[in-house]
Amino acid sequence: MRPERRRFDALVIGAGGGGLRAALQLANAEATVAVVSKVFPTRSHTVAAQGGVNASLANVLPDNWHWHMFDTIKGSDYLGDQDAIEYMCRAAPKAVYELEHFGVPFSRLENGRIYQRAFGGQSQHFGGEQAARTCAAADRTGHAILHSLYQQNIRARTHFFDEHFALDLLRDESGRVLGALVFDIATGESVVIEAKVTLLATGGAAQVYRTNTNALINTGDGMAMALRAGVPLQDMEFVQFHPTGIAGKGMLITEGVRGEGGYLVNGEGERFMERYAPNARDLASRDVVSRAIVTEIREGRGCGPRRDHVLLKLDHLGEALINRRLPAIRETARTFVNADPVRDPIPVFPTAHYTMGGIPTNRHGQVVAPTADAPEEPVEGLYAVGECACVSVHGANRLGGNSLLDIVVFGRAAANHMIDYLAEHRYHRPLPEAAVEGPRARLDRWDEARGEASVPELRRELQRTMEEYAGVFREQESLDEGVARVRAIREQLELAAIGDHSRVFNTARVEALELVNLADVALAVVTSAAARRESRGAHSRVDHPDRDDARWLKHSLFSLAEGMDYKPVRIKPLTVDSFPPKERTY
Amino acid sequence: MARDARIDPARLRFRCRRGMRELDLMLVPFAERALDGLDARERGAFAELLEAEDAVLLGWLLGREEPEDRDVAAIVERIRHAAGS
Repeated sequence: MRPERRRFDALVIGAGGGGLRAALQLANAEATVAVVSKVFPTRSHTVAAQGGVNASLANVLPDNWHWHMFDTIKGSDYLGDQDAIEYMCRAAPKAVYELEHFGVPFSRLENGRIYQRAFGGQSQHFGGEQAARTCAAADRTGHAILHSLYQQNIRARTHFFDEHFALDLLRDESGRVLGALVFDIATGESVVIEAKVTLLATGGAAQVYRTNTNALINTGDGMAMALRAGVPLQDMEFVQFHPTGIAGKGMLITEGVRGEGGYLVNGEGERFMERYAPNARDLASRDVVSRAIVTEIREGRGCGPRRDHVLLKLDHLGEALINRRLPAIRETARTFVNADPVRDPIPVFPTAHYTMGGIPTNRHGQVVAPTADAPEEPVEGLYAVGECACVSVHGANRLGGNSLLDIVVFGRAAANHMIDYLAEHRYHRPLPEAAVEGPRARLDRWDEARGEASVPELRRELQRTMEEYAGVFREQESLDEGVARVRAIREQLELAAIGDHSRVFNTARVEALELVNLADVALAVVTSAAARRESRGAHSRVDHPDRDDARWLKHSLFSLAEGMDYKPVRIKPLTVDSFPPKERTY
Repeated sequence: MARDARIDPARLRFRCRRGMRELDLMLVPFAERALDGLDARERGAFAELLEAEDAVLLGWLLGREEPEDRDVAAIVERIRHAAGS
């Protein structure tokens, strides 16, 4: 049976903050917009973002966009593109006021202005005193942004394909993107969505690791779709690990616990951070604390029967303070590890949190790929924003509060460029029948019985492999072994089968398609990590402990057909002087 | 007889996939272990629970707030009990 066909001006894949911000801009410009989301839009992972969104409003302490720009470049360990970073930091105040206008209930100061809290990596005067730059709606900022944008989209008559899974991009012979093949999870029926422009906004892929903070749905679907369409992924070796995830479960225990005086101990009861960071101790930066925890465990000083975690102690803070300042942490620990932090320490291990790399774009959100003539040639009709994209504003390490900013600023910028593109491309291009065949076969393949390999087992094996061979600490031999193992898992996956061939809400089939995506993304991560022989930001090589700007101040590009390639970092900002690389100390 | 689509186990199982890891880790294992043993009324309460927004659901499942509906509250208690074990 031929799949149903639908036509829209614009197709947005993914309904987190980035996708919904772009969809709203498009719909308000009178474009017909389809948003495809594999879960209900307000259950996208943006809902989990608690921290806030950075903007130099200067409501609490002096601030300006240029200081924000410096902090972001330094935080990126100089791998971020300075034109995109200047654009984002200049646009930030306006983006926050727009969110306020859309209905986000930002927390307020007594004078009525938006409250701003201090986060790590924020400074005044280019590296001076602490700044306060993060605007928040209590501890529900992501939730508030997502709901406001969803309501605005309903008002603007955006068409939602809820609980639809995007299989692949549809392209003509010249490589132009003409939409996507999706299927309705509720019925199993596939739908061809033709569009003049397509935006990928599918979020991150920390699910490639066993211990991670992400929802199960964060499987890098858009990244893998780009890879299969021949687009490389950029800087995939840079994955941010948060030092204090609940061991074996992954959910985040906020830095606020250590900010209030909580500290880490090893299996010998020692406060080991004193050895790694004598001044900042437990409040050293995320990458330093993560590496210290893993070193303790590797050297046999872990806790528990398998010595595979360390402990976060806060019982000395007293019940009153814990209830007042850290109630959510107490509830989380009691619920998930039966530990009441008033008496018991919390078992913790570094947890994969954020994918800095992704689909390469310019600051208009256009997906760019190298050609024989140029390192950054736009892929016609294709855009990407948010965690699935790499614009690149986070470089080798993202600062807290910059990811919600990234999605709203570039969601809007990409939509504006798409609107201009639509004005110049008024008609749908013909979609060749052959374009649908490959993606269709990828779906139908799971209806056939094949070998014995089980999808859930392979997913667990992939996640364990990535944690062991491409985790917090990396070295050549284990990375090379990791590449071989991930390749082997991909081969086994070709022979995997699912037992359930029903049509209606077949979760097993969705999970199989997600695992194919995860395995492609994992290969990009481990291959890029094996190739980069330096340490920069979140990429920490035991065998190459220093940053090497002479050889490695460049973006990695991984493609399925050609492996590794590189392109220069965009060092030149839009209007101001460049910030040259310096040693990164805090 | 047509199945009541609202409490179809396949649909309920799929809708346990949420936007937050905390919710996934409580709802997905609960559905795997307990869904088949729920009667129609309990399944209805579970379906109603899954209609809630993620932030509300998190408040319930961490024990910060309680749902008004007694059947939903009973399901919340079972999920919470299973999560800590």
